[in-house]
Amino acid sequence: MNDAVITSVAEQRKLFANYRVAPNVYDEALTADGQVRPTWQRFCARLEQVGLAGVGQRADQARRLLRENGVTYNDVGAPQGPDRPWELDPLPVLIGRAEWTALTEGIVQRAVLLNAFLADIYGPQRLLREKILPPAVVYEHPGFLHPCRGLTPLGGRHLTLYAANLIRGADGAWCVLADRTQGPSGVGYALENRIVISRTLPRDYESLYIERLAPFFITVRETLRGLAPRHRDNPRVVLLSPGPRSTRYFEDGYLARYLGYALVEGGDLTVRGEHVFLKTLGGLMPVDVILRRIFDEDCDALELRPDSSLGTPGLMQAARFGNLALANAAGSGYLEAPALMPFWPRICQFLLSEDLKLPCSPTMWCGRPDDLRQVERELDNLLIRPAFIHQNLPPVDTSRMAQVQRQQLWQEILAHPHRFVAKRPDSRSTAPTWNGRELAPARLVLRTFGIASGDSYQIMPGGLCRVADPESSWGESASSGQSSKDVWVLSDGPVQSVTLLPRSTTAVELRRSINDLPSRVADNLFWLGRNAERAEAVVRMLRSCVVRLTSDLEPTGIADLVTLIGSLPAVKQSLVAAKGNGKIVAVESDSDVNPAIAKLREQVFEGIFNPQRRGSLAQHLHCFRDTATSVRDRLSVDSWRIVNQLRLEDALPPTPANARMGDVLLLLNQVLNLLAAFMGLGTESMTRSPGWRFLDIGRRIERALKILHLVRSSLVEAVEPISSLLEAVLEIADCSMTYRHRYLASLQLAPLLDLVLVDETNPRAVGYQLNALSEHVAELPSDSGLSPRTPEQRTMLAAQSALRLTDVEALCEIDASGKRMALDRFIDGLETQLLRLAEDLTHHYLTHTVAARQIDTALPN
Amino acid sequence: MLLRVVHRTTYQYTSAVTLGHSQLRLTPRTFHRQRTLSSRVTITPGPSTRRDWTDCYGNDAIYFTLEEPHRELSIESRALVDVFVGSQLPVNDTQPWEYTRSVLRTPETPEAIEAQAFLFDSFRAERSPEALDYALPSFRAGISLTDAVRDLTSRIYRDFRYDPAATNIHTTTKHLLGDRRGVCQDFAHLEIACLRSLGLAARYISGYMLTRPPPGKVKMVGADASHAWVSVYFPERGWIDLDPTNDRTPGDDYITLGWGRDYDDVSPARGLVLGGGGGRLAVSVDVAEQPANLGRVPL
Repeated sequence: MNDAVITSVAEQRKLFANYRVAPNVYDEALTADGQVRPTWQRFCARLEQVGLAGVGQRADQARRLLRENGVTYNDVGAPQGPDRPWELDPLPVLIGRAEWTALTEGIVQRAVLLNAFLADIYGPQRLLREKILPPAVVYEHPGFLHPCRGLTPLGGRHLTLYAANLIRGADGAWCVLADRTQGPSGVGYALENRIVISRTLPRDYESLYIERLAPFFITVRETLRGLAPRHRDNPRVVLLSPGPRSTRYFEDGYLARYLGYALVEGGDLTVRGEHVFLKTLGGLMPVDVILRRIFDEDCDALELRPDSSLGTPGLMQAARFGNLALANAAGSGYLEAPALMPFWPRICQFLLSEDLKLPCSPTMWCGRPDDLRQVERELDNLLIRPAFIHQNLPPVDTSRMAQVQRQQLWQEILAHPHRFVAKRPDSRSTAPTWNGRELAPARLVLRTFGIASGDSYQIMPGGLCRVADPESSWGESASSGQSSKDVWVLSDGPVQSVTLLPRSTTAVELRRSINDLPSRVADNLFWLGRNAERAEAVVRMLRSCVVRLTSDLEPTGIADLVTLIGSLPAVKQSLVAAKGNGKIVAVESDSDVNPAIAKLREQVFEGIFNPQRRGSLAQHLHCFRDTATSVRDRLSVDSWRIVNQLRLEDALPPTPANARMGDVLLLLNQVLNLLAAFMGLGTESMTRSPGWRFLDIGRRIERALKILHLVRSSLVEAVEPISSLLEAVLEIADCSMTYRHRYLASLQLAPLLDLVLVDETNPRAVGYQLNALSEHVAELPSDSGLSPRTPEQRTMLAAQSALRLTDVEALCEIDASGKRMALDRFIDGLETQLLRLAEDLTHHYLTHTVAARQIDTALPN
Repeated sequence: MLLRVVHRTTYQYTSAVTLGHSQLRLTPRTFHRQRTLSSRVTITPGPSTRRDWTDCYGNDAIYFTLEEPHRELSIESRALVDVFVGSQLPVNDTQPWEYTRSVLRTPETPEAIEAQAFLFDSFRAERSPEALDYALPSFRAGISLTDAVRDLTSRIYRDFRYDPAATNIHTTTKHLLGDRRGVCQDFAHLEIACLRSLGLAARYISGYMLTRPPPGKVKMVGADASHAWVSVYFPERGWIDLDPTNDRTPGDDYITLGWGRDYDDVSPARGLVLGGGGGRLAVSVDVAEQPANLGRVPL
């Protein structure tokens, strides 16, 4: 044992060679004189064996795993783009069992206290009556929700989930920096961090007796299930998310999947009577418990913020009359107010008759005259932030302000003193962190999580650590700082391994078809299918144009190209001009620089790269990614990786003039491959659930529509000679091979129409799409017994019959106007049927996605 | 005075509403100045769910849902109210108004502590330097609260023009101070903002008043409207009402529906609907004096 320690001290010189613990700062791993703390000795000894190079490898490995798992933080407006990769340091923070037990007692006490506080402040308000709290702290806070007064949540508990941000001062004592009580962020990241770190450091993980996180999540599930007012055997718990535009969305999806809850948005829920339901394809399903990840004021536009559409009207009423458990109860966000900080010691004495076990980080609330005077005295070295609503922004650091700015700030504070809190710069502990070259100290904030259990709380043995350079100032959000760390609580003996997967002793009910797909998700999958197919159609069209632009153009080739480009929606406006030029071009085609061709080139480039242009490829891909984001929790990691690659922004050529057509062609081919891979994964990996059906329905409808559009725009008008145009149509419809195989080189209209319209064995033909659609429609959940066929089934039958009965030869005839009007009418009929199908499906299954609106009210006068 | 009120609200939608959630505060509240002898709120079509409950200010509230498609919704509230006594400002009030402010700062009685809930900003009645500037001429040092609020109420009455065309649900007190035109709810919100800016507690009252036809004319049925005024906290005396729209203290010809921090807390009807397209809203209110001997007949 002694030998091992001695070696480690020797080795540690290498590992910690340049590691300097700053004066008056507590370092988690090293003492002030550079000795490894006992808790860290075993771990550091292991670390020394792998050396700096090994740590670097583990950092890379962790980064790779996170990228592969698609772990991101949705940081709207961040320089790296909205989806910022989640950063994880390869070295965890270690906390010994004894220290953790003491810390946990403090966090549990605080959770109990916060819950008691809510019960009082929304109930009898003894804290106000006994003047423990000044009324301004309550009533000035926009997060104190008056409609929640007198509203007792189910089981009397307001606070189910809790998170505390902790820092460790120079003396080694922890204190609370902030409380988080609205579906606290970070719990999912903590879990993912642990999964990744345990893969990068498997042997250390085994040998160190690290407390597992899974038991915490088991308690989360038990507690939430226990909250249910009805269906107590099998209550429906949903995770209510603010949606894909929220910073929390990745974690929402992650948690929902891990805990096995449906991920829903406000629009997926509806209140009927005083009960909450989930709108699914199979009808309304009762909801008993909501794990709430939207903010308080967004819960219910009927009683709270009237302009918010993130919640569901009537939710508060359902909670008020005991039909719904909200975790946490509405109004709990009030606890996050920094203005409460100075009052906690007294509140604790008053409500629990105990001293606060875990002190609060010293905070001055300018609403107290003494604090205000203190702030004035120390104004040149304080951190100032809003007193009520935390904004996840770094505080204003007055030491970095010019005198003029500081005076302005002081005037603002004087005008509304109660709106500000101030803190002295705090000392935060450091921990060794990999900076790409070596270990360097980084300052840390530890976010710990609690879940109600019985009369008390259970604390996750671990947490989420945020770290940053000692110099940078940072906010308090789960994503602030520069990177994150896993947190290991070291147990004294071997730790029993637990999993969230059901134990083998409990028989799992086998379920094949799940009809509880939220209608919104079905809607999004439907549009994902349509958008993917739209993008593919546009790529094929553009590719044919580009191919023709790169080859030597025959005069007739130009005319074909004009027709082709004309059928791109993106260039429709300029069609007339281009067509006018077309004839002139034919005459002048021998000149070197053909202005008409330059113009066409420009059109094609616009059609590919200009995201502002309606119908351009860039725009289609944008729509595709947008829809994919909104159903991200339904997409596999592989699919998501493809979605991430489908962007043209990085491939944008400087100008059409100096881009090489060959490069553009390569790019289009690449996009086509990616789209095919995405669809292939869908086909091969998704179970044949209603969700898959809606994805495929969207794709089939769109493909049929696109073929009809192509045939109409290129073949209704009679152009001679027709053969090169037919070739282009076959190419775009991806039928060239089949055609040549069947008819060799003889290009004629009738066999082509048969192949791309009628042929039910050709996966690119309209007939094939109709067959697939008709099968899907028959399999969707329906109120059986009402009528033999749903409107969708009738529509499909009509379309299929029309197609099967058609006479292809007759469609080829040119009438007196010089056009194939029979073909035009036929296409028109099929198009109408397909659009009707889309409409019927929307009406039948997807309508519930409309947002509720406020009704007018009469003003008193 | 025995008063009978009929308040009808009708929504007509251009397309069907498939789902609606609403809250009503249409039942006159019983308190020390009035008693509601009978009241009934009828909703047509019949709601899928209806719940009568008491909100956080003690007002009677109704929650209801309509879950069948409908193109018209009508809400009729009928009530018979015995108003015992009007609101009266204290006579011989010699206490300087600053006394009230200091009582609210360091309250000793439960009533004063409860009044503190009405000292602070609410969405439609926020304290502001502008409101304070406007109020100060009425609140000279040492003047009694009675004289000060009477003067403030009169000044609002004189300085602002009653003009239903000039206002909407989104009018703010700042806007009103510039424009100087509005309706009762605007004047009430302004007076509340003024009082709160001074450190006094003020609340918003929703209700009705009996209107009398000009001499020689017959009263038009349904021509009345819902009304709004303010209430100010006086230590030891409690809440006293003032009506800046009519420059008076509400008498026994005023019916109180309920109170809150501002209009949003006690709007007679609020709701959210799915569908409906454009809508049309028609409101009629009729307040009439009920001869005492008929007072106990059922509605």
